[in-house]
Amino acid sequence: MSVLVVIEPSAGIINKGGFELATFGKETAALSATKCITLVLGNASNAGELGIYGIDEVLTIDIPTYDSVVYAKTIAEASKKLDASIVILKHNANGKAAAGRIAIKLNAGLVSAVNAVPVLNGAVLQVKRGVYSGKASATYAISSSIKVITVLGNSIKPNATGNALPVSELDLPKVTSTLELIDRKTMSGRAPLPEADLVVSGGRGFKGPENWDILLELADTLGATTACSRPVADADWRPHHEHVGQTGVAIRPNLYIAIGISGAIQHLAGVNSSKTIVVINKDPEAPFFKAADYGIVGDLFEVVPKLTAAIKKLKHE
Amino acid sequence: MKTLVCISKTPDTTSKISFVDSGKNFNTDGISFIMNPYDEWYALVRAVELKEKVGGTVTAINVGDASNDLVIRKALAIGADDAIRVNANAPSSYFVAKQIAEIAKKENYDLIFLGKETIDYNGAEVGAQLAELLDLPFFSFVNHLEVEGKTNILKREIEGGEETIKVTGPCVISAAKDLAQQRIPNMQGIMMSKRKPLTVVEPIAVEELVSLITHDLPAPKKGVTLVNADNVDELVRLLHEEAKVI
Ligand SMILES: Cc1cc2nc3c(=O)[nH]c(=O)nc-3n(C[C@H](O)[C@H](O)[C@H](O)COP(=O)(O)OP(=O)(O)OC[C@H]3O[C@@H](n4cnc5c(N)ncnc54)[C@H](O)[C@@H]3O)c2cc1C
Repeated sequence: MSVLVVIEPSAGIINKGGFELATFGKETAALSATKCITLVLGNASNAGELGIYGIDEVLTIDIPTYDSVVYAKTIAEASKKLDASIVILKHNANGKAAAGRIAIKLNAGLVSAVNAVPVLNGAVLQVKRGVYSGKASATYAISSSIKVITVLGNSIKPNATGNALPVSELDLPKVTSTLELIDRKTMSGRAPLPEADLVVSGGRGFKGPENWDILLELADTLGATTACSRPVADADWRPHHEHVGQTGVAIRPNLYIAIGISGAIQHLAGVNSSKTIVVINKDPEAPFFKAADYGIVGDLFEVVPKLTAAIKKLKHE
Repeated sequence: MKTLVCISKTPDTTSKISFVDSGKNFNTDGISFIMNPYDEWYALVRAVELKEKVGGTVTAINVGDASNDLVIRKALAIGADDAIRVNANAPSSYFVAKQIAEIAKKENYDLIFLGKETIDYNGAEVGAQLAELLDLPFFSFVNHLEVEGKTNILKREIEGGEETIKVTGPCVISAAKDLAQQRIPNMQGIMMSKRKPLTVVEPIAVEELVSLITHDLPAPKKGVTLVNADNVDELVRLLHEEAKVI
């Protein structure tokens, strides 16, 4: 028996999210003292480093990950070959598109968006996840002999316990794709929102897109990813992929700094699982302060540059 | 063109969430329900737009009890031609996918749409399972779709980027923001929706592999620590030393 962890490199490299998933798999495998095997989909120069996170075996196979048919066939075949009882995928666009298919193929119970290492109760796996857009959480029991779960970013800290491993190719019959990938655009620079540790987010309090420089400077100083409230994206002040909340991206970074955002319930739903929340708002009655850990009541146009300067000072000490 | 749009009913986004029966069931007291925004704003409207452009029919499908008829009528008012309700309270996404697949496999839909996720369960699970049961390609988080005969060109959101993909023949599409613009049903649509056919069918039996143990509410926040606007150094110190996040 084994726990199979599926890792998708981005641009030829496994990032923090991949190592998180490896640690998650390792701890899940430890529950039943089974092997943890990672399968890397495509070439990654640092694939061997997965061993550092206590993985027993690192395999690779190159497939077009945008095709959920090929993805699911490959993982289902790999699971059979490697005798996997638990299959773990990332809760991202491709992982979500494949997990349901894999579950059907393996007649496995599926729980997505899991946010903590499961508990094993006999043959039953107990898993926890957020529901109602982060307003509550739910615990499920998966009773099938094979289990499939997708795991949210920032659910666990990568934990280095071992040494790098050799990487070998997994030999499976090739599945051909019927799709044609015409184009792929990736925004370079900052970490994608669902994986970011630090997020700086702006709302309508900024008054207009021309005022975003102070937020970008704060984000650059911190090494943070930028986000925004829905009306800001709707007005095209910021790109749509920055929109967080119930109808945008749901995030759970270590630090979320909300600037000039009122804290409407739909906004909070997507961000209230953040570990630490800082709110900067000129209105002391803004609802966001009720969900915050730290707050400053003040004019963002004065507070934000001061905050950037204070962080620069800390970084130089 | 023949399309099927999967719609679900969710609590209004402003709902205060609580549970009854020691965490087992959602407390529906004082909750108003809406059509899941991703299903309504993007999946349904894009299907209706395509029908308006190239002709054909749009069928809305929902798995739920008779209390869901209100959101189904809204889908008809927005422009679906007819609707099917599978008469069951769905215990899981697997159950929903099985019911819809059972109906879809008897019809030859050119496209099957659903919202990218529901705003209550946030699972994004039904689409992939449905596509697998029907042996069709599946695309998550589609924010742009053009149809040219049997060829579909679509854009999908990926982490920190976007992919453009060409696919020929039927497929399942999960709709994200920007796939279409929200439409408010007009008076004529509402009047017509009352006369459009809504067929109720009974569910097939499904063996459940996942069961709910309980729901929990998050522990209340300990309260905000306010820092004076003239003393941002203190905020930085707290973030560094107390919260240890920078
Ligand atoms: C179905 C539905 C879904 C929704 N989904 C989302 C979602 O996913 N995400 C989302 O964000 N919203 C969502 N909304 C919208 C949400 O209800 C709010 O309207 C929105 O979050 C408000 O955005 P805001 O805080 O930027 O703007 P506002 O509510 O206008 O708040 C601006 C804030 O800035 C402060 N401010 C102004 N000037 C300054 C200054 N100089 N210095 C400091 N502070 C200042 C003000 O005091 C105020 O608190 C949704 C709404 C609906 C109905």
